[in-house]
Amino acid sequence: MSLELDGVCVGPKGAPPLFSAITLRVEPGEVAALMGPSGIGKSTLLDAIGGHLAHGFVVTGSVRLNGRDVLPLPAEARRIGVLFQDAMLFPHLSVGDNLAFGLSPAVRGAARRAAVDTALDQAGLAGFAARDPATLSGGQRARAALMRALLAEPEALLLDEPFSRLDAELRAEIRGFAFEHLRLRGIPGLLVTHDASDAEAAGGVVVNL
Amino acid sequence: MRDGRALRAVVALALMGGVVLPILAGFAQTARAAFGVLPAIGAVDWSLAPWHQLMELPGFGTSLRLTLVTGVGSTVAALALAAGFCALLHGRISQGAMGRLLMPFLAAPHAALAIGLAFLLAPSGWIARMVSPWLTGWERPPDLATVNDGWGLALIVGLLIKEVPFLLLVMGSALGQLPVRQHLAAGRALGYARGVVWVKVILPQVYPLIRLPIFIVLAFALSVVDMAIILGPSNPPTLAVAIIRWFSAPDTGLILPASAAALLQAGVVAAAIGAWILAEGGARCVGRWWLRRGGRGHRAEPGLWAAGSVVMGLMALGALALVSLLVWSFAWRWSFPQALPQSWSLKAWMTPGSGWGRALEATVVIGVAATLASLVLAVAWLEGEDRARRGRAGWAQALIYLPLLVPQIGFLYGLNVLFLTIGISGGMLAVIWAQMLFVFPYVMIALSDPWRALDPHHLRAAAALGAGPWRRLVAVKLPMLVRPLMVAAAIGFAVSVAQYLPTLFMGAGRIATLTTEAVTLASGSDRRVVGVYAVLQAGLPFLAYGAALLVPAIVYRNRRGLLGGAV
Repeated sequence: MSLELDGVCVGPKGAPPLFSAITLRVEPGEVAALMGPSGIGKSTLLDAIGGHLAHGFVVTGSVRLNGRDVLPLPAEARRIGVLFQDAMLFPHLSVGDNLAFGLSPAVRGAARRAAVDTALDQAGLAGFAARDPATLSGGQRARAALMRALLAEPEALLLDEPFSRLDAELRAEIRGFAFEHLRLRGIPGLLVTHDASDAEAAGGVVVNL
Repeated sequence: MRDGRALRAVVALALMGGVVLPILAGFAQTARAAFGVLPAIGAVDWSLAPWHQLMELPGFGTSLRLTLVTGVGSTVAALALAAGFCALLHGRISQGAMGRLLMPFLAAPHAALAIGLAFLLAPSGWIARMVSPWLTGWERPPDLATVNDGWGLALIVGLLIKEVPFLLLVMGSALGQLPVRQHLAAGRALGYARGVVWVKVILPQVYPLIRLPIFIVLAFALSVVDMAIILGPSNPPTLAVAIIRWFSAPDTGLILPASAAALLQAGVVAAAIGAWILAEGGARCVGRWWLRRGGRGHRAEPGLWAAGSVVMGLMALGALALVSLLVWSFAWRWSFPQALPQSWSLKAWMTPGSGWGRALEATVVIGVAATLASLVLAVAWLEGEDRARRGRAGWAQALIYLPLLVPQIGFLYGLNVLFLTIGISGGMLAVIWAQMLFVFPYVMIALSDPWRALDPHHLRAAAALGAGPWRRLVAVKLPMLVRPLMVAAAIGFAVSVAQYLPTLFMGAGRIATLTTEAVTLASGSDRRVVGVYAVLQAGLPFLAYGAALLVPAIVYRNRRGLLGGAV
């Protein structure tokens, strides 16, 4: 399992790309970090990889995930998870239903509930299944969002500054929790950050845009 | 992506075929008749005769003048009053309190409010009863034209009660997009009075955002029919009412000049909007000159207080008007100058078979159908935009507002003639479709902003979890938008309940709703019966708004993230 970027350029249609072409290979369980000043297009690059580019933007080059070329696929078929600055738990669903949202429909009935409970347990959120996501603390939300992303069994995970809203102590804890899970499951991760300590903790390649 | 294109094509086709083409066809038919061609009544020669005939119809000139005075006058006054009220109260009462204050006036249909006002202001009305005989000495209703007065003052008051709250609503949402607090602080730090900062700094920024709603108000006030029948001058009436009379006169010879007048009505609206745009230029020059003089304007504050009290007075009148409907519908014996009925009765309410039962049923069926269909169309349109990942094109925006800007009378009669020829007039479906022309734009206006305000990250998260476009729509977007969807539905339903002309024309007189019945009965019928119709007509939108607030609150009682923020 690996995520390969080959000569990837992103930019508005008919205008020069936002940054020079990027070639990068992220091995399973490894987390690469993208750094650079605000507005240079780090998040846009993640949008391009995940399939969320806004109208009027184009991406060139190739993005391969385990050998598959993902660029022609719609976002929902890429098997690439994302974590944003805010946890983006769906406000109309309970915490448990949020986690189950990404679970394959092939997992049914009791197995579904069990999968959610196990994930909640791992995130230190045992017994939270019926809770309203709005009642969770920042750290709890971040962990729930990570578990939701992982239950969908992604082949890669994009992290768009997911730790930047947390205070220093919590930040280190959640970061460690996320990277540990990626490493255990052998999922390649790509982290966008402003913070050098994030990049250092990721322990992988650091690309400066 | 391809899916999005298909969806957009379907919606565009539905709107072209369902909105633009019929309006154009209706206008074409009206225009043909205005120039002498209406084979149905044996007129086949192109000529200017209908126009000559129109000029010579008794009262034509007065009708035209009345239309201009009441339409333009009420719009200018509504804008000034709303601006003054807003300057006075903005930041002093919460957005939610403002919403609750405006809601009854926004929800009440024009016809019901007009009937209530007539009950209130008439020489034998509630106000006269309350102050007689101890203050006035009247033992019997005085011979005064307080309603249907020759200047159209009662009509202007009625229009103001509906239009000022509407303008306050759109101003409120425009203000939400501006840094009002900072600008107010900056202006006051420079020595300007609070209200004057509002007029000199905030209002010029708000105006461009509410220009289109102002045009809608102007077009509406110039061509309003139901309110003008109930409150306006009766002989001669405003142009729109005169046109209806000519169209429905037994003498078919009046149809051609009536068509000319319908075309003229459209011209009047276009000319008024044109003149308004010219006046904007003038106001800009004067405003700049006034601004550059740098007056701190502490003397302008009393003007704002005056505007504020007039608005409060109007709202009090409106509220009393609605209460008077209720009182009359339960009254039994109520002779003049008693302030309250001497005896009460449920009699008017006990006999749905007398007509209001069927009218209620027709109103609800038409309202629910038109609202649901409009909602589906609006969701399809917005979802099509999302899937194509683009915003709204300018032409699409114009298309949505088109039915609100062109006078109904200009194309509805012609359209009915066309429907008669094809043989689909007078049916429920024709009425539902005609109402959708006016329901859909309001549903779209109510739904667009919340839809776009939905954080796209939620949808990206859903896509990243493997949810395709349909699952994103059904499992994420629609549930998260339940509140705005319900509000849009309530607004659509209220608009449908209030429709008069589309029901009258497209129903070919065979379909009776609460509105058409209430307007017909308003002149000279038993006030107790009229009261029942008007209470029902006003009550339905209130129920709809109530449900719109209640349903999400119950469904999402355990979801704090969806209950914040005012509607």
